Amino acid sequence: MEHKAKNPIVSLRDIYVEFDSEVILNHINLDIEDKEFVTILGPSGCGKTTTLRIIGGFLSPDSGDVFFENKRINDVPPHKRNVNTVFQKYSLFPHLNVFDNVAFGLKLKKVSKKEIKEKVQKMLAIVDLKGYEKRSVSKLSGGQQQRVAIARALVCDPKVVLLDEPLGALDLKLRKNMQQELKEIQQKTRTTFIYVTHDQEEALTMSDTVVVMNNGVIEQIGTPTDIYNEPVNAFVADFIGEANILNGVMLDDCRVKILGKEIECVDKGFGKNVPVDVVIRPEDVEVVPIEQAQFTGVVCDAVFKGVHYEMTVVCNNCQWLIHSTVCQPVGSEIGMRVTPFNIQIMNKMFPTANNEFSAKVVSSSKEDNTIKIDIEGNSVEVSGQYFEEGTVLDIVLPPDGLHIAGDGNGDLNDVYIESVIWKGEHNEIILESDERKWIMQSDQDEQVATYAPISFDFTKAVFFPKPVGEGDNR
Amino acid sequence: MKSRKPSIPYLIWMVIFTLIPLVTIVYYAFTDKSGHFSFEPFKNAFFYSDIFARSLWIAFVSCLICILLAYPMAYIISRCKEKTQSMLIMLITIPMWMNFLLRIYAWVILLQNNGPIDTALSLLGINVDLMNSEGAVILGMVYEFLPFMILPIYTVMSKIDNRLIEAAQDLGSNGFHIFRKVVLPLSIPGIISGVTMVFVPSASTFLVAQYLGGTDNIMIGDIIDKIFWTDQNTGSAISLMLMAAILVFLIVMNLFGDEEAIS
Repeated sequence: MEHKAKNPIVSLRDIYVEFDSEVILNHINLDIEDKEFVTILGPSGCGKTTTLRIIGGFLSPDSGDVFFENKRINDVPPHKRNVNTVFQKYSLFPHLNVFDNVAFGLKLKKVSKKEIKEKVQKMLAIVDLKGYEKRSVSKLSGGQQQRVAIARALVCDPKVVLLDEPLGALDLKLRKNMQQELKEIQQKTRTTFIYVTHDQEEALTMSDTVVVMNNGVIEQIGTPTDIYNEPVNAFVADFIGEANILNGVMLDDCRVKILGKEIECVDKGFGKNVPVDVVIRPEDVEVVPIEQAQFTGVVCDAVFKGVHYEMTVVCNNCQWLIHSTVCQPVGSEIGMRVTPFNIQIMNKMFPTANNEFSAKVVSSSKEDNTIKIDIEGNSVEVSGQYFEEGTVLDIVLPPDGLHIAGDGNGDLNDVYIESVIWKGEHNEIILESDERKWIMQSDQDEQVATYAPISFDFTKAVFFPKPVGEGDNR
Repeated sequence: MKSRKPSIPYLIWMVIFTLIPLVTIVYYAFTDKSGHFSFEPFKNAFFYSDIFARSLWIAFVSCLICILLAYPMAYIISRCKEKTQSMLIMLITIPMWMNFLLRIYAWVILLQNNGPIDTALSLLGINVDLMNSEGAVILGMVYEFLPFMILPIYTVMSKIDNRLIEAAQDLGSNGFHIFRKVVLPLSIPGIISGVTMVFVPSASTFLVAQYLGGTDNIMIGDIIDKIFWTDQNTGSAISLMLMAAILVFLIVMNLFGDEEAIS
C-alpha cells in the first residue's frame, strides 16, 4: 500500500495470523495516523476484528510486529497498553453501576477519589448521561449502555480508542445519532479512534481514513472520497456504495472499450489491449437524447428512492443501474452518457481472462475416449478427449466452464468463495482451492466467504499436451 | 406481567408436601404425649443445646472448607477447554453415584486404627487416633458435600463472559485485580447457592457423625433420629429449632449476597 502516515501512532508490520490452519491475516502492513478517525471496513470474516484485537493485545500475531509510538509492543499485555476498547457487545460489568463501570479503569491508576469523581462526571456529561451515575447498567437501553462503554474507554485518557462494531446492536435511528456523537467525541477529545465496521455508510460518514479489508489483506487505504471515487479494484468498488462494474478492454491511454463501444476516459498507464474492470457510479450516468448517447438501453425497472429514482437499464444484455432525479418510463429507450472523468478503470482482480493450469493424465481409455486427470490430488474425468497416460496437459478453461456443484458431487470440494461481483450480465466469482485461484462465471448469487464444491465442464476447455521431456514441470 | 397467583398444581404440591408436614411438626412440638398444649418438648430439647450448637458449628466449618476447596477447583475447571470441563465435572459427580453409606464405610476403613492411613502415619512415627474425632466428622461431611459446592460455583463461573475479563484487562487490570473485582463478585451467586446446598443438609445430617465421630461427636441429626422412636414431641421441637436456625442463617447470607449487588 502506498498510503503513508506522517505521524503514525500505531503501526502493524507484516502481521500474519492463522487459526486452525486458516489464514486470517495475510502479512498486513498498516499505519494509523495520530488523532485520526480510522475505520477498518470489510465484510464479516475479513480479519478486521482480529486486527483490532492485535492492537488491543488480546491476540498475539503468529508473526509480525506491532508498534505503538514507534516502540514494539508485541509482548506488552493489554493492561499495560495505552489503548482502550469499546467492545462489540459493550461488555459492561453487570455487578457495578454506571459510575463504577466508568471509574473502573481510573481506580487502578492511583487517581484520588475526588479526581475520579470529577473525571467520571465530566465524561458522563460528554456522552450525555449526566445523572445516571447510580443506575444499574442492566437497566439501561442499548444506546445508553453503548455510551457508558464509550465513557469507560475514554475516561482513562487513552492515546488510542479501539471500537469493535459498537453500533451494530442499535436500531437505525439511534445508530445515526451515535455516529454523529462518536465523531464529535473524537474531535472533542482529540484521540485516535480505530473503528471496525462492515457498514460502508458508517465508514464513509465518520472516518478521516478508511482501510478496506478483504480475506485477510488490505485492499485499499484512503480518504472516504478516494475510496468511493477511485476504488483500486472491483471488490472495493462493489463493497463501497453502488456501482456498475463492467468488463472492458483498455485500448490505449485514455481509450477504453466497454460493451463494444470505444469511449474516452482519463486513466493512463494500463498498457494496450489490456482487459480491465470499469466502474461507473449510478449517479454518474447521464440520461441524454439518443443522438448524443454513448450507449442506448431500455428501462426495465424504476424505483423511487426519495431523492432520486433508481432505474435499471438493459443495454446489450447488460444491466446498468442509473440514479436520476427524472424518472424515465419503464419500457422506453434512453440514451446514456458518462463523462471521461467519471469512468474509473481498475486492474482485474484475476490476472487472466480464463483459468490456465496444468494437469497430468492419470489414466486413459481409448475406447471410451475419456481420460482422468489429476487436479490437486483429485482424479477428475474428462470425456471426449484422449491423451496417453502420463501426459501433462496445459488446460485453458473459460470462466463459464466452472459450476458450483451440489453437495458431494463436486470435482473439487471445499473451495472458498473469495469474491462475487455482479458484472451487469453475470456474476464474476473468484474461488480459491488448496493450490490456486479460479475464475467462474455464474448467473446465480453465491455467498462470499463460504465453502462450496465445484465441478468442471471440460467441453468448453482447450487442451495442449506438453512436449515430452518437459513432462514434470508443473 | 406474569400472574401473581401461583398455579393450582403448585398449590396442591405445596399443601401436600410442605404445609401438612410442617403443621404436623409444629403440632407435635407444642403438645405433650397426651396431646395437650405444652412447652415440655422445648424444655426437653434444650437438654441437647450443646449438641445443637456443635452441629451448627461443624456444619459451618465443613461448609467453609467446602468453599475453600471448591472455589479454586471450580475456577480451574471453568478455565479449561470445553471437553476437559465436562470430563472433570463428570469425575466430580461419579462418587455420588455410589451409595452414601458405602462412602462413609470407606472412610471408616481408611481412618480406623491399623487402617491404611493410620499405618502409614505410624511408620512416620505419628500416632493419632483418626477415628472418633470432630476432624473425622468434618472430613466425612466435606467429602460428602463438596460436589454440591463445586457444581453451582462452576455453573456461575462458566457463564462469566470472557469479554468482561478482556474488558477488565483492557482497562488496566492484571490477574489478581480481575479476580477480585470481576470474577469474585460475579461468582457470589454460585457461592450462595453452594452454601445453601451444603450447609442445610450438613447441619441436619446423621449417620456421618455416628460412624466417624463415635459417641462423643454425635450430631443433632442423630439425636432427632434416635429420639423420634421414643419421643416424637421432643424430636419435632428439635427439628423446628433446627429449621429456625437454618432459616436465620440463610436470611443473613442472602442479605450479604444482596449487598454485593447481584443483577
